Amino acid sequence: MGAWDQRENYVREGKPSYLDERRFTQVGRSVPRIDGPAKAKGEAVYTADMVLPGMVYGKIKRCKEYAHANIKKIDCSKALALPGVLAVLTGDEAPNKWGIVPASANETALAVGKVRFYGEGVAAVAAIDEETAEAACDLIEVEYEPLPALLDPFESMARAGEVNIHENAPDNILHKGDQIYGDVDKAFEKCEYILEKEFKTGRPQHGYIEPMSAVASYDTQNGLLHLWASSQVPHYLHRQMSIVLEMPMSKIRVTLPAVGGGFGGKGEAAASEFVACLLSRKIGRPVKVTFERADVFYTSKGRHPCYMKWKIGLDKDGYIQAVDFDNTMDKGAYAGWGVVVMFYTASMVHLPYKVPNARSLVRNVYTNLPTTGAMRGLGGVQPRFAMECMLDELAEMMGISPYELKMKNAIDSGYTAINNMYVPHTEYKKCLQTAVEKSGYLEKHGKLPFGKGIGLAGGYYISGTAYTLYQSYKPHTSVTLKVDTEGGVTVLCAAAEIGQGCNTVMAQMAAEALGVHYEDVHVQTGDTEIGSFDLGSFASRLTYASGYAINEAAREINFKLREMAGGLLGCRADHLEIKDRMIYSMFEPKFKIEWATVVQKYVNSVGALSAVGHFSPPRRKGIDIITGNRIQGANIGHSPTFGFSCQIHEVEVDVETGRVYVKKVTEAGDCGTAVNPMSVDGQVEGSIMFNMGACLYEDMKFDAKGKHLNPNFHDYKCPTFMEMPDMDTNIVDSYDPTAPFGVKETGEGAVQPTFPAITNAIYDAIGVRFYQVPITPEMILKALKEKKEKEAGCGCGCGA
Amino acid sequence: MKQLISLEINGHEYDVPVSPRDVLADVIRKKVGLTGTKKGCGMGDCGACTVLVEDKPVLSCITLAITCNGKKVTTVEGLTLPDGQLNPLQAAFVNHGAIQCGFCTPGMLMSASGLLKRTPKPTLYDIKHEMSGNICRCTGFKRIIGAIELASEAMSKGVK
Repeated sequence: MGAWDQRENYVREGKPSYLDERRFTQVGRSVPRIDGPAKAKGEAVYTADMVLPGMVYGKIKRCKEYAHANIKKIDCSKALALPGVLAVLTGDEAPNKWGIVPASANETALAVGKVRFYGEGVAAVAAIDEETAEAACDLIEVEYEPLPALLDPFESMARAGEVNIHENAPDNILHKGDQIYGDVDKAFEKCEYILEKEFKTGRPQHGYIEPMSAVASYDTQNGLLHLWASSQVPHYLHRQMSIVLEMPMSKIRVTLPAVGGGFGGKGEAAASEFVACLLSRKIGRPVKVTFERADVFYTSKGRHPCYMKWKIGLDKDGYIQAVDFDNTMDKGAYAGWGVVVMFYTASMVHLPYKVPNARSLVRNVYTNLPTTGAMRGLGGVQPRFAMECMLDELAEMMGISPYELKMKNAIDSGYTAINNMYVPHTEYKKCLQTAVEKSGYLEKHGKLPFGKGIGLAGGYYISGTAYTLYQSYKPHTSVTLKVDTEGGVTVLCAAAEIGQGCNTVMAQMAAEALGVHYEDVHVQTGDTEIGSFDLGSFASRLTYASGYAINEAAREINFKLREMAGGLLGCRADHLEIKDRMIYSMFEPKFKIEWATVVQKYVNSVGALSAVGHFSPPRRKGIDIITGNRIQGANIGHSPTFGFSCQIHEVEVDVETGRVYVKKVTEAGDCGTAVNPMSVDGQVEGSIMFNMGACLYEDMKFDAKGKHLNPNFHDYKCPTFMEMPDMDTNIVDSYDPTAPFGVKETGEGAVQPTFPAITNAIYDAIGVRFYQVPITPEMILKALKEKKEKEAGCGCGCGA
Repeated sequence: MKQLISLEINGHEYDVPVSPRDVLADVIRKKVGLTGTKKGCGMGDCGACTVLVEDKPVLSCITLAITCNGKKVTTVEGLTLPDGQLNPLQAAFVNHGAIQCGFCTPGMLMSASGLLKRTPKPTLYDIKHEMSGNICRCTGFKRIIGAIELASEAMSKGVK
């Protein structure tokens, strides 16, 4: 009866195999991606590949003179007079403010009144071709009144009285928050080991290879707007369009063609999308706006640089007693995801170790630099870097292995953190053990020759959030399952396939839930009109959320098919199992019938089958669990479940050039059930390289006036094939019994340990600890020189 | 002043009017209509636009179309076998998980095709070195290397 899962015959906890919820046939298979062949043939259509009848092209005029200036006057007359130009657009025509977090929405489609970062859009043109649109942009004359550019959050706060970036933020601070749990000061008093350090992180950006692109088509007859866009968040995009264009959402449809990566950068609306829609409505023709790579660098909302002060205290046995965290974040010009990212940095203190007392004082400060926002592992990467490096250092102070210290403090399943974050299931200790055993960490750490080192770090991440970004109590994901005699099984969900592989995983889960094969399932995502509601691809939420909704919808369909099959077979419907395209009695093998036959009988006698399933995440109050007091922002970080992982990096430092080579990475991850192990490995391998880049190479640079110095892939260095280490990724056996199919996340958790694992390895190699990323060759050489001078001393042996 | 050039793309002759400033990538995408070739940076840094000109990989976003007059160009669409099946390299990319978002994939496939034409049995270093002009942000490269190795093996056994 087909290929059963290998685990068919084992019996767990006295359960017979036919009642074993882990006996999967479709989940757990490394099937190739559904969209793989089309992508390999060059047939997958991305937004920039689209051409519609009558389509024209839009371009955005950017401010290339200043990072901060008032706009005195915009003269578009020469541009409008250019043959081939159909329309121009300025910010005043669409002044409604948008933002992914409604309370802090402060961005406009194009600048209104002033520009706040270098390269901000000030006007746009629609023309018959891109060359004409570009020429027209050059003819637009803008008169500016320059303002001082604030390029550093501390300067921004200090000069707030003199220079103000946003009117409603007189202190130049987007938001600040204090989260205090327990009595941190008292806890430090009884600590045996206390370490205080300051850390700083750089300004990397996502570097998705597909620049943003949008095609909008406004139908002047019926007032309907159709937007095709390269986005991770069709729903939020839909919502922002409605706000800025002042059109009801029911008149707007958002469709995603193939999307060439996102990593958080396409997790908000983009100027390309607003401009395409506004121009199309203005001229009544389809308009395409595609960004150049430089546009992406100017506008993409990369990772927040964080200036962090940390103090961690351990008792004499090495148990963490208190964490004190102070974080000043560089927000850049606009709010974006800022408030959310800021409170995530605070909540990241609470896992994956038991922290009984914690204090996080966080603030997110406006500057005249590119807006920062969501980037893979948002809010987690910076605090994880600091905490894992400090635990490495504290272990050395105690004279024990970092592995021992981390195992000692690691949480177990069923843990409730002091901020009321609940972890239903974890295999974090198994991750640490697996990576340590497979890498030989304990045999190598501290014993490798000078220049070679090994470093360990752990991490975790959420599997979706408990709250929407705007006040709403509707389910976060809805899935419609359609079963009929023509299309077979169709999954309809407005989720976003951005390359992470959700369509394939959703097909596998739907096939599992309905008892068919994944090849039988069609997945329709990325369309707000066809698909049922979904919030989008961010926060590593989709596998869990869609899995839950798929299960719920499948239950209804399976109930109907069982009833029909029971009648046909002459046995009780509740004795019937559906697996592997068969419906059969779990007790009497002679009662069996093909699934497709039952579907046909059902459709013929009743009609096509469909059902909708929903997912609403469990909610918990953001409180201090000891006092019961509400804490502002403390529900940010709550998630239905969490993924965990450990990475061990082995590096070689070239002491002549200062270059760091990551040679080998051993990783072990707890992603719950791996729906598609090959896809999990791909996510993890990609994550390791992604943050290896931001740890060693990637940083956006600016001159003293805020002008970009490296807005291209030539000067902004991403890792290439040559930098790729040997990677050994391991999926630890894990099953979250509270999760659909036992799943968790893997898309963002795997970036968390990379910074600290590399940094700890560099310390092991050359005996220098770094508290800042990216760790450049210059920093290595300077540190080696200082170390050498210090070791040589003044010659008298005093150590001075 | 436009000029009529002749390109043999994937075995078919195309006569295309081009301006001297037109780059090959735009001509292939917009004038010929083969959109499999991607533009990721427009400056020759990311490799997504790689095509073969006379069997050698070139960056079509920084190659002037007029310099290719009369030449043989192969794009990703030209890799697919005449019956629509994937060629061994494409199949290896699909089956080995070397594709995620897929935007770098056409360039990866063309650079790898060029490599395998010159060096049918590349070493790990050959692959890393030759492919280093192509950036992928999704996969971490490992599965792309694995796919190229699998394709090399399949091709050496005569799989078409």
